[in-house]
Amino acid sequence: MNDALPVSARGLVKLYGELVAVDHVDLTVEKGDVFGYLGPNGAGKTTSLRMLLGLIRPTEGSIELFGRDPQVAGAKALTGVAGFVEGPTFYPYLTARRNLRLLAAYDDGDSRSRIEELLELVELDDRGDDKVGGYSHGMRQRLGIAAALLREPKLLLLDEPTTGLDPAGMRDMRDLVRRLAGEGITVLLSSHLLTEVEELCNRVAIIRKGRIVYEGQLHDLLATAATGFRLRSPEPDRAKALLLAQPGIGEVTSVDGSLRFQADEEAVAAFSIALGQARIGVTALVPETASLEELFLGMTEGEQKGVEEAVA
Amino acid sequence: MIAAVGKVYEWEIAKLLAQKRTYLGLISAILVPIVFVVVLVLQTGGPNDVPLGRYIRDTGLAAPFVVLFFMSIWGLPLITALVAGDIVAAESHNDTLKTILTRSRDRGQVFAGKVLAVLTYTFVVVFAMGLVGLVAGTIAWGFHPLTSLSGTKVSPGHGFGLLVASLAVYFLPLAGIAAFGLMLSTVTRNSAASVVGSLMFALLMQLLGVLPGTESIRPYLLGTQFEAWHGFLRTPADWVPVIRAFWVCALYISIPVAAAYLVFLRRDVASQ
Repeated sequence: MNDALPVSARGLVKLYGELVAVDHVDLTVEKGDVFGYLGPNGAGKTTSLRMLLGLIRPTEGSIELFGRDPQVAGAKALTGVAGFVEGPTFYPYLTARRNLRLLAAYDDGDSRSRIEELLELVELDDRGDDKVGGYSHGMRQRLGIAAALLREPKLLLLDEPTTGLDPAGMRDMRDLVRRLAGEGITVLLSSHLLTEVEELCNRVAIIRKGRIVYEGQLHDLLATAATGFRLRSPEPDRAKALLLAQPGIGEVTSVDGSLRFQADEEAVAAFSIALGQARIGVTALVPETASLEELFLGMTEGEQKGVEEAVA
Repeated sequence: MIAAVGKVYEWEIAKLLAQKRTYLGLISAILVPIVFVVVLVLQTGGPNDVPLGRYIRDTGLAAPFVVLFFMSIWGLPLITALVAGDIVAAESHNDTLKTILTRSRDRGQVFAGKVLAVLTYTFVVVFAMGLVGLVAGTIAWGFHPLTSLSGTKVSPGHGFGLLVASLAVYFLPLAGIAAFGLMLSTVTRNSAASVVGSLMFALLMQLLGVLPGTESIRPYLLGTQFEAWHGFLRTPADWVPVIRAFWVCALYISIPVAAAYLVFLRRDVASQ
């Protein structure tokens, strides 16, 4: 289990009649990853996660969680795996404590002894004897995290964990995910909140209409979208003249009081020294990249095809 | 494996005990014989044309048998279907199947726990109704010898033994209805449709039993098995209907349970 990949999915296909919900998806989540699974609503994220958890059968393809196929090994394939899809659900007529006790009985091992600790962790210890039917969405999300952690997972699959939470709840949930990742838990996080993915994840996959359009390191993705540099100076004319005289710098334009130009990092470093030597003040010299949101929209809405082709 | 099913079963029972519909069924099963006895106490007539009906005021032992007869038409099938038709459909409705199927129990273990819980509920309902009927009847008319269907007198102790055996045999066709309800619950994922469908199935079985031209299949209809306990109340005991009830009901139980098991095992657990 230690050597096998937490998630390895190859050629996953799910058909519902004529509808192709998931179309030859490959996913690889490595140990220690906080893996963001991005896509617009209906792109196939949740269907993929349900297949990973063995809840629905793939039409084609294979899945291994720590080397075990859920369709072959059944519940054993979920050893060390926990999470929820489309929001956590519980028995509304049972209290939170009773729900967790029930789930502990459905687990192997001694997870029952951790219930109080986990209720405290998700700040539901004082509401643990209330029926879940009366819980708010945020409380259910937190209870869902407690239910997942009950299994002491090595891999957490979380489907839109911050959806429906207020800003404070979102912050707390992200802090918790960051903390769990820091403790060595591999996380597969599906989301359409790009700031969340940018903040938490080291690797991402972007799915569009059932197909993966990008899978890899987040910083590699962002690097593909570098669009140049921007300079602000109290002496724009002198700065522009110096820019034009520098080797390795091109496409210099003035936009809204700033100078924009294309250059590699070495040329920019040399230019910054030249600015100092010329005693030209600088208020900003920053690389300009497309945001994850711009990249995402480009990939998922069929725009910026050049970017998509570049990263695919 | 057995320990895992045992844990699922334990929590299926706990879930049933936390739901109003379970109590609705149980309370109905308890109230019906009480109301029946009270009405007979307040009236002078009686159900003379049903088995043991004419002896109902002779001994409290006759009351549960007479109630069994009336409840077999739709009362007990409805009470049984109330839970059997809901036990899987409610998981779909609450979207909780995904919660329990992503733990360490296999689908087969979860299904087995549910089957056992439904059968337990059905068993409790039958015995609760029979024993409450006995207590109510005894309070009203005393615990006296019972006149069997052959006209012989049976001591109260022996009569009680016959009641327990009759309830056990009566449980079998009811378990057949429970199995049918469980199958509908699994296949339709709709509680109301499963409850109504199970009741319709029970009524259809009863209807087929009284239609002309169905004599050859009548011994094998589920509705007929509700009368198998009559065999115990004959002198000597007639084991033919009892033994037939065992194997006929085994078929009525095993076929829908097997079908439900296959559906449960292979179904995609997606949102409703």
